[in-house]
Amino acid sequence: MSKVQVTTSINGEEMEFLCEPQQTLLEVLRETLSRTGTKEGCATGDCGACSVLVDDRLVCACLMLGVEAEGHEITTIEGIATDDGLHPLQQKFLEHAALQCGICTPGLIVAAKSLLEKHPDPDETTIRYWLAGNLCRCTGYDKIIRAVQDAAKELAHPA
Amino acid sequence: MGAFGYVAPGSLDEALTVLSEHASLGKRAQVLAGGTDLLVQMRGLDREPRTIVDIKKLAETNRVDIGAQEVFIGAAVPSAVLNENQALVDLYPGLLEAADLIGSTQIQGRATLGGNLCNASPAGDSIPAMIAAGAVCVIAGSGGTRELPVEDFVTGVGTNALGADEFLVGLKLPAPGPGTADAYLRFIPRTEMDIAVAGCGVSVTLDGSGKCTAARVGIGAVAPRALLVPAAAEALIGSTLDDAALQAAGEACSAAASPITDKRGTDVYRRKVVGVLCRRAAAIARDRARQA
Repeated sequence: MSKVQVTTSINGEEMEFLCEPQQTLLEVLRETLSRTGTKEGCATGDCGACSVLVDDRLVCACLMLGVEAEGHEITTIEGIATDDGLHPLQQKFLEHAALQCGICTPGLIVAAKSLLEKHPDPDETTIRYWLAGNLCRCTGYDKIIRAVQDAAKELAHPA
Repeated sequence: MGAFGYVAPGSLDEALTVLSEHASLGKRAQVLAGGTDLLVQMRGLDREPRTIVDIKKLAETNRVDIGAQEVFIGAAVPSAVLNENQALVDLYPGLLEAADLIGSTQIQGRATLGGNLCNASPAGDSIPAMIAAGAVCVIAGSGGTRELPVEDFVTGVGTNALGADEFLVGLKLPAPGPGTADAYLRFIPRTEMDIAVAGCGVSVTLDGSGKCTAARVGIGAVAPRALLVPAAAEALIGSTLDDAALQAAGEACSAAASPITDKRGTDVYRRKVVGVLCRRAAAIARDRARQA
């Protein structure tokens, strides 16, 4: 077994790690780098719990090899809040109780962040289609949609 | 049992050398583009170690060239990037719709047309749309580059025409002339995130009087592989794409289908639905062609 050295940036921090060629980025994040905010749900790209941004593009970390992170910028849920506090999406998820068990939440927040960067004022249909790859078995989605809409308003007109 | 390996060649020649060395030693190498099918297979039914050859660092596979006569789409360009290219969407709205139907936003960020084709699922959404658009595979191999129409590339369920020392560099499409447009429709029982029960791509060319002078029809998920249906095209050519012509084309698609029965639909149902999809997709392509 020969490990591969990978140089990447995770949440703005330059990082080097060693991984097996067949290890997914999700396994590297959680097991090698102890960034356990990114969750494993299905591990087949169906549930979106492991959503991360690669060079600002939304992807499933379970469908990418760790070695493919070479030279790219990865953003995970740990990179969403700032020193000033929670991101408006995180705050609105709390206020709207848009989570119960919480396994889908990191993926949904990362996915919603990428949505709002591309569509700052999305209608409900746009939100539902964008988030169709993020499965939640608790909330029934309605509270999630409200939280994303409220966060969009907050980002457009900060209180 | 050997171990997994990973290489990301920086040139086409380097990629071909890796593939032909593995082929001559009888060692397994597998090409990686977006990985949205490959990684699932590696963790599922096919865990055998192999060398993964990542083609995302090649200039050729990342190219999207829109020429006056020809359009080239590199095999490693993710679907989301293609759909952000408005010029491409304007030329092949049907093909880009098909690409946009594959998986979630997350999948779109990685998945490629080249990968969808090489994976050779009978239900791959982009394949009938590529067939309709007249796409041709550009295949690099140690013996040189060859071309193969998309309808001849898939050889069966999950198998394709690539030799062990070859890989798909990209797809070449004829630039649509005046009065040419395409459309793709698939049927799924949900609105998103599902596998086609049946799919149909249609491309038509209309002359100044509204008569159809050229057509291509591809069907998916109703046979072991996506099929070109010449009889459906013949039913459209020469007509004004009126209801009778659409009906005849739909019937030709139903006749060409040889579907299986599974949890997503029976053979009888799929055969009927593919005809309906053909009629509707042809009507959309016709209305687009009138504007093109």
